[in-house]
Amino acid sequence: MANNNHNPYKFVVEDLEVCYGDFRALKDVDLNIYANAVTSVIGPSGCGKSTFLRAFNRMNDLIPNVSNKGVIKKDGKALDELDIVDLRLSVGMIFQRPNPFPKSIFDNVAYGPRSHGLKSLPELEEIVERSLRQAVLWDEVKDTLKKSALALSGGQRQRLCIARALAVEPDVLLMDEPASALDPIATLKIEELIQVLKQDYTIIIVTHNMQQAARASDYTAFFNMDDDRAGYLVEFGETSKVFTFPQKKLTEDYISGRFG
Amino acid sequence: MTSDVESVVSRAKNNRNLHRQKAVQVFGYILVWLCGILAVAAVFWIIGYVLSQGLRVINLEFLTTRPAGGVSGEGGMSTTIVTTLYLVILTIVIATPLGIGAAIYLVEYAGDASRESRVVAFLVKAARTGVEILAGVPSIIFGLFGFALFVSYLKLGFSLLSASLSGAALILPTIIRTSEEALLTVPRSYREGSLSLGATKWYTIFNVVLPTAMPGIVTGIVLSVGRIIAETAIFWVTLGGSYHLPKSIMNSGRSMALHVYMLASETRAFDKAMGTASILIITIIILNLTINIVSRRLTERVTGKE
Repeated sequence: MANNNHNPYKFVVEDLEVCYGDFRALKDVDLNIYANAVTSVIGPSGCGKSTFLRAFNRMNDLIPNVSNKGVIKKDGKALDELDIVDLRLSVGMIFQRPNPFPKSIFDNVAYGPRSHGLKSLPELEEIVERSLRQAVLWDEVKDTLKKSALALSGGQRQRLCIARALAVEPDVLLMDEPASALDPIATLKIEELIQVLKQDYTIIIVTHNMQQAARASDYTAFFNMDDDRAGYLVEFGETSKVFTFPQKKLTEDYISGRFG
Repeated sequence: MTSDVESVVSRAKNNRNLHRQKAVQVFGYILVWLCGILAVAAVFWIIGYVLSQGLRVINLEFLTTRPAGGVSGEGGMSTTIVTTLYLVILTIVIATPLGIGAAIYLVEYAGDASRESRVVAFLVKAARTGVEILAGVPSIIFGLFGFALFVSYLKLGFSLLSASLSGAALILPTIIRTSEEALLTVPRSYREGSLSLGATKWYTIFNVVLPTAMPGIVTGIVLSVGRIIAETAIFWVTLGGSYHLPKSIMNSGRSMALHVYMLASETRAFDKAMGTASILIITIIILNLTINIVSRRLTERVTGKE
């Protein structure tokens, strides 16, 4: 599971605090994200899970009046010091609702490389095929690459979005409840895909689904919110331990379904 | 279970109040129908009258002969068709980039800029309010403005250029507002998806946001084309009224609507005014059908229902 070389961590989070205007959404988060492993982030609604996830590719910066404290280091470098384009190239994101662009399947996957100036069609074709294969979608769409991506089913759309993210060759994938809008079969396919992808990528996945966290992840971070509705980290550890021997009463209550 | 339901139904049937409600409903239904029929009838009557009067004078000769001027209103309408075309093209070429650019600024950039500076926030608010107000200002006001600024002060004279610049000012609010609304309907998830792939904001706007908003933007432009074809007063004071074909953008000219007005008010050729009006109406009808088809096609392309 954990990488045993000298630096097993992809991200080091120190004293992270995120505020929207006067509202503190997240406070005092200290956490290490292991490389080439799946870390799931669980917790009740409004506990700052998505805010936490969106801190890793600085997507929170898009929101007006947002302010951050603390540091997140990726491979030892603070995110704020990285170029935002480089950061987002290396940290892909999958959203809660599949959001393919209203373009053809090919153009969706080729979007990222094209936006960085790649024009050669043979190279683009190669990238598109490789990415779609990685996302286990190639066989279903190889004959309809020119068709609109919006003609795909929900599950296919989400795998297309994964292929689109993979096309820019990131080393991290952030997933914000990637299966919550999908049916059980499509969900299962996404989970299988996550298991394959974690060999090459560091994956952080926010989920509402306890079973999914237990099934799909190696590490689990449990968040809760305090009386001021500020999210904080309650417990972090190997998924098997968090789910079988939670250290905190709150975690136990949550995973056994007593609140949340 | 069934008997319960039946008793409820039978009680409802015997309820007098229900009878009254039904009567009211029928009455309301008839009233609404009458309003609808009256409105449609009025439109058809006007169009039908103009066409029945106008189609009589329309033939190939009328369409291809130049107006000859004079109080008898001799000649056809050929130059006015071409002038209208020039006017529409020039006006749209001037107004569209400005309008779409302004809408992009207001939707994509003004928010961030406003938060950073109070002066910008005030200016943006003023611009928005200005657009709202201008959208409701009568066209003759734009005409007077165009006359004062372009015709007189800038010495452009009565010309296609003066008319197009004034016309552009007239349709800018429409284009800005329809484009703004179209841009606002583009889901935030598209923007986030693009940015999360490391694309710049600029690339995102031009490759995801604008294409998605295109059906709405095109509708606004085509509506504006209709406006330019139909407006009279504004071009009366900026385009002049020469029935000659403009040889350059600095020449005066006469659009179809202007021709109708001049024939009706200054000549005895009322039948020819009706004939020109018929062509005008037919053009507008075709334009509206085109909007429907084009915007449906574009929407299909954007939503993937091919």
